[in-house]
Amino acid sequence: MFRTALRNVLAHKARLMMTVLAVMLGVAFVSGTLVFTSTISDAYRKSSQKAFDTVDVAVQPHKADRKDGAPGAAPRLSRQTLDKIAALPGVSSATGTVGGFAAVADKNGELIGGGFSSAGGNYFPGKDGKDARYPMKDGRAPRSTGEIALDARTAERGHFKVGDTVRVSVDGPVLKQKLTGVFTTDDGNVSAGGSLALFDTATAQKFWAKPGEFDQIDVKAAAGTSQAALKDRVEKVLPRDSEATTGKQLADEQAELISQQMDGMRTVLLAFAGIALFVGIFLIANTFTMLVSQRIKELALLRAVGASRRQVTRSVLLEALVVGLVAAVTGFVAGIGIAVAMRSFMGGDAIPDGPLAIPGTAVIASLAVGVGVTVLAAWLPARRAAKIPPVAAMSSVHAVATTRSLVVRNTIGGVLAAAGAALTAVTSDKAMMGLGAAVLVIGVFVLTPLLSRPVIAAAAPLLRGFGISGKLARQNAVRNPRRTAATASALMIGLTLITGLTVIAGSVQTAVNKLATNTIKADYVVSMASMTGLSPDVAEKLRASGKVTAVSPLRQGASRIDGSYENLTGVNGKDAGRLIKADFTAGSFSALSGTTVVVDDGMAKSHGWKVGSTFPATFEDGKKDRLTVGGIYKGSGEMLGGIMIDNAALTPHLAEVHDRQVWIKTKGGATDATKKELRKTLGDNPAIKIDDKDDIAASIAKVINLLLNMLYGLLAMAVIVAVLGVVNTLAMSVFERSQEIGMLRAIGLDRSSVKRMVRLESVVISLFGGVLGIGLGVFFGWAAGQLIGKSLATYELVLPWGRMGIFLLLAAVVGVLAALWPARRAAKLNMLAAIKAE
Amino acid sequence: MTTMPLGAQTAVRSTAVAARATDLTKVYGQGETQVVALDRVSVDFRQAEFTAIMGPSGSGKSTLMHCMAGLDTISSGSARIGDTELTGLNDKKLTRLRRDKIGFIFQAFNLLPTLNALENITLPMDIAGRKPDQQWLDQVVETVGLSGRLKHRPSQLSGGQQQRVAVARALASRPEIIFGDEPTGNLDSRSGAEVLGFLRRSVRELGQTVVMVTHDPVAASYADRVVFLADGRIVDDMQAPTADAVLDRMKRFDAKGRTS
Repeated sequence: MFRTALRNVLAHKARLMMTVLAVMLGVAFVSGTLVFTSTISDAYRKSSQKAFDTVDVAVQPHKADRKDGAPGAAPRLSRQTLDKIAALPGVSSATGTVGGFAAVADKNGELIGGGFSSAGGNYFPGKDGKDARYPMKDGRAPRSTGEIALDARTAERGHFKVGDTVRVSVDGPVLKQKLTGVFTTDDGNVSAGGSLALFDTATAQKFWAKPGEFDQIDVKAAAGTSQAALKDRVEKVLPRDSEATTGKQLADEQAELISQQMDGMRTVLLAFAGIALFVGIFLIANTFTMLVSQRIKELALLRAVGASRRQVTRSVLLEALVVGLVAAVTGFVAGIGIAVAMRSFMGGDAIPDGPLAIPGTAVIASLAVGVGVTVLAAWLPARRAAKIPPVAAMSSVHAVATTRSLVVRNTIGGVLAAAGAALTAVTSDKAMMGLGAAVLVIGVFVLTPLLSRPVIAAAAPLLRGFGISGKLARQNAVRNPRRTAATASALMIGLTLITGLTVIAGSVQTAVNKLATNTIKADYVVSMASMTGLSPDVAEKLRASGKVTAVSPLRQGASRIDGSYENLTGVNGKDAGRLIKADFTAGSFSALSGTTVVVDDGMAKSHGWKVGSTFPATFEDGKKDRLTVGGIYKGSGEMLGGIMIDNAALTPHLAEVHDRQVWIKTKGGATDATKKELRKTLGDNPAIKIDDKDDIAASIAKVINLLLNMLYGLLAMAVIVAVLGVVNTLAMSVFERSQEIGMLRAIGLDRSSVKRMVRLESVVISLFGGVLGIGLGVFFGWAAGQLIGKSLATYELVLPWGRMGIFLLLAAVVGVLAALWPARRAAKLNMLAAIKAE
Repeated sequence: MTTMPLGAQTAVRSTAVAARATDLTKVYGQGETQVVALDRVSVDFRQAEFTAIMGPSGSGKSTLMHCMAGLDTISSGSARIGDTELTGLNDKKLTRLRRDKIGFIFQAFNLLPTLNALENITLPMDIAGRKPDQQWLDQVVETVGLSGRLKHRPSQLSGGQQQRVAVARALASRPEIIFGDEPTGNLDSRSGAEVLGFLRRSVRELGQTVVMVTHDPVAASYADRVVFLADGRIVDDMQAPTADAVLDRMKRFDAKGRTS
């Protein structure tokens, strides 16, 4: 029997190719995902280990918010602590570190590296005058204010040589620094494509801390002292609000964090692989059904000469096994290719380098999935094959399409679809909605044969233009509803996801845009590229320039009110009304001065405040004051909310004054010229963004589009599998109808009309899948929007008609492409062989 | 009876010729495996005549019909439908010729299961994009006795009824000639007799030309004339045949087959 199975596999090469391709794509996706995620995790783990090589014990201040005392202020480590630790026995060196954001501009004034990965730090010379973390490649370390060292890659990217002047910005103003040295480092941020600028410790402390204070102290053990022993010793000399951690622990924590992030990504990717496989199952089942129906005579002959049912089943399953095995192996190899491609596509240099990691689980999963799915999909056709009566070998009757009743199927489908739709529409829980969506998709899936007739009938007027070919195509498309359904479903699933995501993304984007335009009255919002704080100088400079008519820095402060932590947003009380659009239910911005504040309606309600109410607040520096409610406005989620206070009242309580953003109104409104002038006022600083409303909308759109494009790429996989499915169905149809086609040719249908007929059938089936998919996608988009709308007040359903049109067109193109080969086959069919009724 | 020279035949009958084969040769395969299916066959099919082609298995009777009907290519010689020479026509022109000038009745799998009886009958006209001649259509439908069943699908019709639909389809577009390939091969004798009756009526009453391949002497007896083929050559031509005469003639083939 094995030989028979093997011969069969080899006898139908084209079909074999299609089946193998379908399984292969699924397997490739699964193995690619596994290999990709484990490669990245490994690389991150290694780079984090490298970064903690020089640290045996790290001392950090407690970050936890203390219930008593001043809220929000970040404690730091003092020079005394450092000296105490350095003097401990078993300590080889103690390095105090301080760091933050530092943007470096290249010679054209452009920012090097992304906004978030521009870091600055201190060069901390040890006993030998050198900092072990940063070996100098060129020149020397920075020693005094005005000197800077850059990592080798940044220096190279900016074409800087030792002695050059480098423009740097830490919190707004541009600083001109002399490049004294270029160093190499294995810092994770730098190997991931970021920049690192080093200053002497005193300068760094001035930037990011206070003189004599450190963010962290890294302790290196002397030979013979264990990390644990060192940690015990260090802990004895630590002040109350700080803690010591061993280097190993830090590395482990980071590795754990990375693998958690990777897990999320892996889950998403595997979900896509699952979809590709799910679609693949239909394709494979279809293929084997076709193989069996094509071989009825052959199988019946086997039965007639004495093969048992079990042997026939086994021969078909064996065939599936061979196909599955070949596909799994090739798919696995292709998967490794996908992993490599994904790494270069997603990361560029944002992902640390590392060798390709091929975990054993990937190998096993690929084989199991490939072989398992194929054999599973071939099971039913194999059973059907075994039921072929031996007498079929003698009769000339070809396989007649099953006309089994669809009543049971339709009932089940109807119940599932209704339950799924109801659950999706009503629930306000994410998990329940996911469940509802899955049930609905399965329900519609079961119902597709029923839906195929009315939906395809609706396309009749369009097909009428194609004459007899169109008419025959339409009728052929509904002839075997089960098969049409299986084919269309493959496309449906892909398009449901694509449409759903597009609807949600489009709606969210519109909502966020609206939020921005609803809130911002200012012409420009000035902020740091890294979203770190701006120096108050920036606001002052802008105010001093003749162009600006209203300025308000948005300053962040912490407070404790009624025992709970609340954010205070400091604004310029005088100008706030002209810059911020807020919907006041009582009072207005004009009340905003001194200790009179405005609060959002949610807060007012929960605290029972009205205009004129007063309440006590504790500021960051521990001082207490009574604040008066001067106005209540409607909060709008992310953009606008909480307590707004005049900067004059807030600033004295702040340890370090930084502005999150500066909002400004200019004389001529937002124009390119104005923007240029403002840029110049701020010294053409690359680290500062000056955004008008359009810029803000564009930057949101950019993020959402990037995300969408990535998802489209992944879903393309499901669509490719769907194309193969349509090809398969059509090939099967053409085969089953070869006599009909022969008759049509004999009575005068020419080749091009035959081709057109097959093509139209394909397009009709594809469009059917497309319409169902887009319909379901819109429904899911709407349902998910109901959830999102709860946290995003301006959310409303926006239907991307243009994109939906493109998707439908895509479905039609899928149909045309898939029909190429089957149509050719149909047209080339030997008329005489077809009509000879042997 | 022996094959008559062409000139003599036309001179005697003086009827117009619907289709004509001249030195028609059909060779399958090449070299060692070469099989001569038709060996320089010359025959006329006259208008308004019902001709049956008979012969033992492998005599080339189906091949002759396929070649004459433009379903198969010709190795050498000539085949004409009316004034049209088939050799040298490309696939497109051949297809159009079949569509406009020829009607077909096959043994089985004759109808499209997705179309109802009427749609099947008008299919050739639909393909050509022509409107059927309603009066003629009514007459044809009436003749084959399908008036009450035009909205039925093939699966709702008996085998005999299906074949009657096929006959109606062949007649509906008023072709110059109708070819039938064992049209009663899959029918019981009563249904077969009905179908053959309609074919004869269409010739006698509607003036159609019908050429039918069969191996059934009873079927052949409905024809005006029987042409006998053996080993790719025409060996006999019988006018006004009876079932017994045809059977006798066929028996001689068998005897010859056994002695040779």
